[in-house]
Amino acid sequence: MAKIGVLALQGDFAEHIAVLHRLATDCREVRLPGHLEGLDGLIIPGGESTTIARLLDVYDIREPLKRKVREGMSVWGTCAGMILLARKLVEDRPQPMELMDIEVQRNAYGRQVDSFEADIPIAALGVAPFHCIFIRAPKIKHLGPGVEVLGKLTEGGVVAIQQGKLLATAFHPELTEDTRFHEYFLSIVAGQSHDPYPGPD
Amino acid sequence: MEKGTWEVKAGLAQMLKGGVIMDVVSAEQAKIAEDAGACSVMALERVPSDIRVAGGVARMADPERILSIMECVTIPVMAKCRIGHLVEAQVLESLGVDYVDESEVLTPADESNHIWKHGFKVPFVCGCRDLGEALRRIAEGAAMMRTKGEAGTGNIVEAVRHMRAVMSEVRKVQYMAEDELQAEAKALGASLEVLRQVKVLGRLPVVNFAAGGVATPADAALMMQLGADGVFVGSGVFKASNPERVAKAIVKAVTHYQDPAIIAEASKGLGDAMPGIDVRTLKQEQLLAVRGW
Repeated sequence: MAKIGVLALQGDFAEHIAVLHRLATDCREVRLPGHLEGLDGLIIPGGESTTIARLLDVYDIREPLKRKVREGMSVWGTCAGMILLARKLVEDRPQPMELMDIEVQRNAYGRQVDSFEADIPIAALGVAPFHCIFIRAPKIKHLGPGVEVLGKLTEGGVVAIQQGKLLATAFHPELTEDTRFHEYFLSIVAGQSHDPYPGPD
Repeated sequence: MEKGTWEVKAGLAQMLKGGVIMDVVSAEQAKIAEDAGACSVMALERVPSDIRVAGGVARMADPERILSIMECVTIPVMAKCRIGHLVEAQVLESLGVDYVDESEVLTPADESNHIWKHGFKVPFVCGCRDLGEALRRIAEGAAMMRTKGEAGTGNIVEAVRHMRAVMSEVRKVQYMAEDELQAEAKALGASLEVLRQVKVLGRLPVVNFAAGGVATPADAALMMQLGADGVFVGSGVFKASNPERVAKAIVKAVTHYQDPAIIAEASKGLGDAMPGIDVRTLKQEQLLAVRGW
């Protein structure tokens, strides 16, 4: 059975773990580099990307995490997690991990009063639209050629993407009762969905 | 597309979990807090220990000060309004702050009524001393709670008392039968509907941080072990002799609250913590936690 880690430096990691438990998944919290050992997949939760990025370096997790991805570990980033997976940010900080070929702008819809909810069709999850909660959400400003779009707002903004074994959403499936996105990630981890990670660029 | 919903209000608090929210009075302090790993800052005119010294009426901070702090950091910025002062709250909402703290640390504007928070797009955090107080605030629309503690004392004893009270009442409610829940709601002065949610979830239906008296990394980890989702640090950072190091150490202790070896390492050589106050030496009128109901 696949082993899934949830990066637990800061943010709503407990919400992701609660969903994984509902799906009877073997999972653990990741706070130190050693906790990455033996993982097949990792979720980077929502939270404050500035805080999480800083703590990745304080505890020397950044390089071991990138190495695990090169060795085939799947990663899914939600909101702050998407920011950290990006190749480049519009702002000059924090330093992202450069794992997915996207350029991302943080807090791109405005401040908290502009946070919103929307129902979005996501073909990979079936017919019923997915209820998406966007909180101080990031926008994808540029997509590389190897990146597949899974979902868009009606206005056209891309909010869910996949690149090989890497997945990113600008919203928070872990805040809803709908487990389809977590199940989709588990299918990627199990190799039932796509080819192995092709690498950025 | 819907804005200002309960889900996005309560959801932002969920994104702050496992983090430290620091009181700051200037853009420079906000930058230090952000660089140390704070997940949010509380923009204030004075930190609580200075409010105690200054005396008089403590009010919402100058909008200019709040805006200068919002401009220099990208983490969410909170600001305090007086209990019941709905216009201070409207002003803070119009400035675009990310969370409003209806706070007992400022001088109350209304001794009978708290703000009806459901009417705002901006989310609110409120203080509590026990489960009943928490559930009354949640019923009014608070999307995040914090235990009150006794702000500006650097003394953790009241924060512990309040967190213990909330958590033990939550544990008790989990095992109650429906008829007992009715009586408990009456006894707590709480909405039965919100109390039912507590029973089902086995926790408060919103994120609950600890506040009021956190001065050291061990204090912060203590509150996490007692059940806090995260920690507010008021005077504890910028009244310490080395704010930057103390801020980093408290962030470390909150992430690794179950790892004493890391807390030990983080606690080394921090310099003097803020000078504390024995809460028992305070007069009734000097206590902040008793403000609000």
